[in-house]
Amino acid sequence: MTPPDRDAQLQMLRAMHEIRFFEDACHRLFATGSVRGTTHLCQGQEAVTVGTLHALRPEDQMTCTYRGHGAVLAKGVALDRSFGEILGKADGLCGGKGGSMHLTDVDKGALGSFAIVGGHLPVAVGVAFAARYRRTDELSVCFFGDGSTNIGAFHESLNLASIWKLPVLFVCENNLYGEYSPLHTTTPIEVLADRAAAYGMPGIRIDGNDVLGVHATVTEAAARARAGEGPTLIEMMTYRQKGHSRADPAAYRPDGELEAWLARDPIVLHERSLLADGVAQEQLDAIRAAAEEAVEAALERAQSWPDPDPETRLEHVYA
Amino acid sequence: MTVVTYRQAITRGIADALAADEDVFLFGEDVARAGGAFKTTTGLWERFGDDRVMDTPISEQAIVGTAIGAAIRGLRPLAEVMFADFAAVCFDGIVNELAKYRYMTGGQVNCPVTIHMANGAGTGFAAQHSQPAENWFLNTPGLKVVVPATVTDAYALMRAAVEDDDPVLYFEHKGLFGMRGELPDVVEPVQLGVADLVREGDAVTVVATQQMRHRALSAADALAQEGIEVELIDPRTLVPFDHAAVRRSVEKTNRLVVVQEGSAGASWGGTLIAHVLQDGFELLDAPPRLISSDETPVPYAGVLEAAWLPSVERIAEEVRSIVRY
Repeated sequence: MTPPDRDAQLQMLRAMHEIRFFEDACHRLFATGSVRGTTHLCQGQEAVTVGTLHALRPEDQMTCTYRGHGAVLAKGVALDRSFGEILGKADGLCGGKGGSMHLTDVDKGALGSFAIVGGHLPVAVGVAFAARYRRTDELSVCFFGDGSTNIGAFHESLNLASIWKLPVLFVCENNLYGEYSPLHTTTPIEVLADRAAAYGMPGIRIDGNDVLGVHATVTEAAARARAGEGPTLIEMMTYRQKGHSRADPAAYRPDGELEAWLARDPIVLHERSLLADGVAQEQLDAIRAAAEEAVEAALERAQSWPDPDPETRLEHVYA
Repeated sequence: MTVVTYRQAITRGIADALAADEDVFLFGEDVARAGGAFKTTTGLWERFGDDRVMDTPISEQAIVGTAIGAAIRGLRPLAEVMFADFAAVCFDGIVNELAKYRYMTGGQVNCPVTIHMANGAGTGFAAQHSQPAENWFLNTPGLKVVVPATVTDAYALMRAAVEDDDPVLYFEHKGLFGMRGELPDVVEPVQLGVADLVREGDAVTVVATQQMRHRALSAADALAQEGIEVELIDPRTLVPFDHAAVRRSVEKTNRLVVVQEGSAGASWGGTLIAHVLQDGFELLDAPPRLISSDETPVPYAGVLEAAWLPSVERIAEEVRSIVRY
């Protein structure tokens, strides 16, 4: 198996930067009261979604959680329409009906962001079922947090996907916290990937902050799935650099934990690897600057868009 | 024209839906090899094979979620959730995902999922296998709810449900499985949201579904002996609801009785009465009456369960009192 070439690796860096700047902008918007409701940010987890989705094909189908901005953007969804949705604008992805927790762009294979913990795992199984039923080569990839592995739908979904040998990649983003509770207070085992054994599928735990490692593992699991050998559970160890939601300062974290993980920031790690590989610092800086510029320009565009017509609230209940 | 049971009409509806469209598939607990816990899917696995008719584990959340995922990718899943009571196990999938998927995404996808479930009391299954569960879903916009009472409607509403581009909850009543009726060789399609005028009359409008429709009809026959002509309407679908049909009738009779299996709180019968009071208060010559079950779980013993369900005699008596009001 060949690793992604230099260009692909630089694209992954750009994608991670865009997500980071997007999330920082969201944090700002919410902190200043420009946006309503709540938001769940994914700074620090970018390598999971970027590494995974850059290892898959555009026609593969993705479902994710309410902490899903990164996954949606990594699937190639437009920055401005994503901002527009969070801002509740008419031209947002969902016309302002979904918001931060429900970013969706079906045309891009970003089938939905779900705000019920674990509620989308069975949906991901159905997406894979449809792919096999129609004899396409598509995969279904499903991102979910460590907290999801304690809800019933997780177990039902892994079981069904396994007995039907469906092409699903179950990607667990283990960021060590389910809402405000550290994993060890809610879960009696340490390695969540071990749960795969109960459903007769491979379970793999990897470093989720190493974007190339993620890419390699997903490439292998995807090949298995496309060959009809069934689903894989991949636990990716990562860290939520912010709190659970915008209301959470994350004061419960032990001293030094955040700092230790910031030293292993996935963007920093990938830049270090590219530098070691001979990429010039100037080029890395240029990629970062271009990403920031693209995000700020997208935000500016989205902010200029009109609010939805109140009458549109009555649309889209039924076909 | 053939005489079939309500159960066989459901099976034929599913079979014809599978035959008509390759995007339709049937799955659920024991629906394939065993032919269904209620034998409503007998012979379908043998006819359509493993690819179209599938058994699942006892995993209602996975069943509903799988149906949703397949639907948003272009298929028309027909899922069986055995006893309607089990819908509570997959309430999240039905209420939070299925009903809202289209809306939350701003209309990016349709969810043409049909979930069929066996509903209702009167067969001795006790409190966790007898609930008339249709009322649970009426406060969740995005779902359609159908409640067939006859052989023809069991068939035609199944076809309509599967062909509909929205999620449809299809409740078949356990007490009606053995009921016989004539099923035409070619059944006229039924549109969701169109009531059936079961019996014409001028004294009082009675609205009832499923088992209660048949009891209300028996009560109407008895009342006719006394010179009271009941107009009986079966809405057939609770969402969408044919309010126009009820209003037309109440304009003629000026009296309304709703007969409902299940307790009164947050029910379709209570909602219908509120609707008529708000929009047609001036039409009424008597207070509207909701005949419903007690505010208790469904009891087990024969005499207890029989007393829980509105009887023909009780329906006749209450209709009589409204007519005499």
